[in-house]
Amino acid sequence: MPDTAAPARAKPRLRPGDRVFSGSALAAGTLILAILAGVAAFLIIESVPVVTTDPKDINILDGQPFWSYVAPLVFGTLWSSAIALLMAVPVSIGIALFISHYAPRRLAQGLGYIIDLLAAVPSVVFGLWGGNVLAPAIQPLYSWLTEHLGWIPLFAGPASGTGRTILTASIVLAVMVLPIITALCREVFLQTPVLHEEAALALGATRWEMIRTAVLPFGRPGIISASMLGLGRALGETMAVAMVLSSSGGITLALLTSSNPGTIAANIALRFAEAFGTNINLLIATGLILFAITLVVNMIARWIIGRRREFSGAN
Amino acid sequence: MAASTSAASGTNIYAAGLLGKRTPWFVLAGCLAASFVLFWLLQAGTPGATLNVAGAIIVGAIFYPLAIYTISLLVEGARKAKDRLVTALVYGAFLLALAPLITLLSTVVANGLARFDLEFFTYSMRSIVGAGGGFVHAMVGTLLMTLTATVISVPIGLMTSVYLVEYGRGPLARAITFFVDVMTGIPSIVAGLFAYSIFALLFGPGTKLGIAGAISLTVLMIPVVVRSSEDMLKLVPNELREASYALGVPKWLTILKVVLPTSIAGIMTGVILAIARIIGETAPLLVAAGFTNNLNYDMLNGRMQSLPVAVYYQYVSPGVDVQAYLDRAWAGALTLILIVMLLNIIARLIARYFAPKSGR
Repeated sequence: MPDTAAPARAKPRLRPGDRVFSGSALAAGTLILAILAGVAAFLIIESVPVVTTDPKDINILDGQPFWSYVAPLVFGTLWSSAIALLMAVPVSIGIALFISHYAPRRLAQGLGYIIDLLAAVPSVVFGLWGGNVLAPAIQPLYSWLTEHLGWIPLFAGPASGTGRTILTASIVLAVMVLPIITALCREVFLQTPVLHEEAALALGATRWEMIRTAVLPFGRPGIISASMLGLGRALGETMAVAMVLSSSGGITLALLTSSNPGTIAANIALRFAEAFGTNINLLIATGLILFAITLVVNMIARWIIGRRREFSGAN
Repeated sequence: MAASTSAASGTNIYAAGLLGKRTPWFVLAGCLAASFVLFWLLQAGTPGATLNVAGAIIVGAIFYPLAIYTISLLVEGARKAKDRLVTALVYGAFLLALAPLITLLSTVVANGLARFDLEFFTYSMRSIVGAGGGFVHAMVGTLLMTLTATVISVPIGLMTSVYLVEYGRGPLARAITFFVDVMTGIPSIVAGLFAYSIFALLFGPGTKLGIAGAISLTVLMIPVVVRSSEDMLKLVPNELREASYALGVPKWLTILKVVLPTSIAGIMTGVILAIARIIGETAPLLVAAGFTNNLNYDMLNGRMQSLPVAVYYQYVSPGVDVQAYLDRAWAGALTLILIVMLLNIIARLIARYFAPKSGR
């Protein structure tokens, strides 16, 4: 925060213009806090009927209690995001290292823009691509995996005939969070003190040893918080999952079959248009759970970033 | 297989215990060649099978790190070998990320051009079954809702960033900074549910309006605007503010006449990038603004279609003539990508040509 004005004690007089301007600036700032509180409040108000209504009167629940309806969705949300993150984080670190330390200096910025292009693609286009291009293209691989590696629980058969499995959805999610994690990691890696790098190289380290001893330890909090932000994005991603995944509910670890757990966000998108009455409240209640999960994830990420003020995620 | 190709390249360089500068390229070529031969041999038995080029390239790319590691281990020792392995993996990661980008853009362009015609931009989907029709209703909806969201969120976002940079001290400013950051992570569908809940409580359940869609977009847009303009205001050199104060200009006029004009290019860039981000949002509009086949200019009355939602519905609920619906979906996707790219280019141009001359 740059220290701008004259010292506070030397306040001669407050002009009306000043008062109006600072007042409206303050109001705008508080409004943001109010909006965030409002999001939580309105979702809670709309979720109340789910608790008070008998589960038998909510069509989607079909008589089962609320939590047993939500549990598979929560599992699917966490599971698909975790797989996506598992794929995206190593690749993102690789790309970030490529741009910060490996690519020719002159090309680096342009290559960074290319990765940023991925972030600009709307999620509905990713969904279209994942459902129509990726899923059919990757299906033969799934058949092969279930045939030859079916003894691993993750690859248990029978393989889905359409390729619209939770693994496909996770791959699309991974592609979508890739640019976010990359951008943050790149920024952190570029801030590594040059003296540390040069010292490592001067001691005879190879480039990898320099990165392992100087760059990665310095960037570790950045990598962690970038992954958390990517996780937050993957958890809340709706359209790509809704358009790629063919979900049938149930909790299963098998990645390649046609019976996949759904995710909270995709479930809302798929059901909201036809929902009526208390069904809508039910969907909003699941949305509230999603909101709570992402809020926790984001707050942890921001807290980690906050301890190292020099790199903030949004810039 | 690869070792033989690399051995041919060296004359005396191994004497120094180092691989030649071009050796990795020879190894890569050897790996790809070996992989192609392998695929060709595997498929030679099955008649009519075409060579799986993509598979061969992928397998060759997997071979390469192993090959270069082994060769380097034999010639240069363990430390250099590990370095070469990591270099190969890092380059591989970048190329891996390019693959989805390239296939995505190429399929969108290839499939989208089929219906990227005049009818697409002049017809709505009203009483259209099967082929024909267009997305003009969706484009109008997207334009209106994005514009409304921009009009609401830019003043709020800009004033908040002014507060954070020029006025804010203490716990309130820290709280706002923290929660703005947290707000960037709100799932878009939750923003949609929020807007829907407001209007459901006010006008009864099932109310879906254009303005509700705009409000959900506002929730997503405000934090982006705050963060980008906050960064831009911080770039304004303090000397400018101090010079203005020294001339007796009040603080609010200093902000209005000195600080904001200096950073206006950056702020505009941030706003345009924020628009580019929300214009592709599907989920909140699906929930809050609903879905319609008709042209609707009234934000306060009736459901409103938007481009991403139109693409989504063409995809998930195709009619009998599936191809016609898919073609429209791809054309819509192409339109969306073009809009977003255009906005990004405009933003970069503004950032480059209208950047402040002073400072930095």
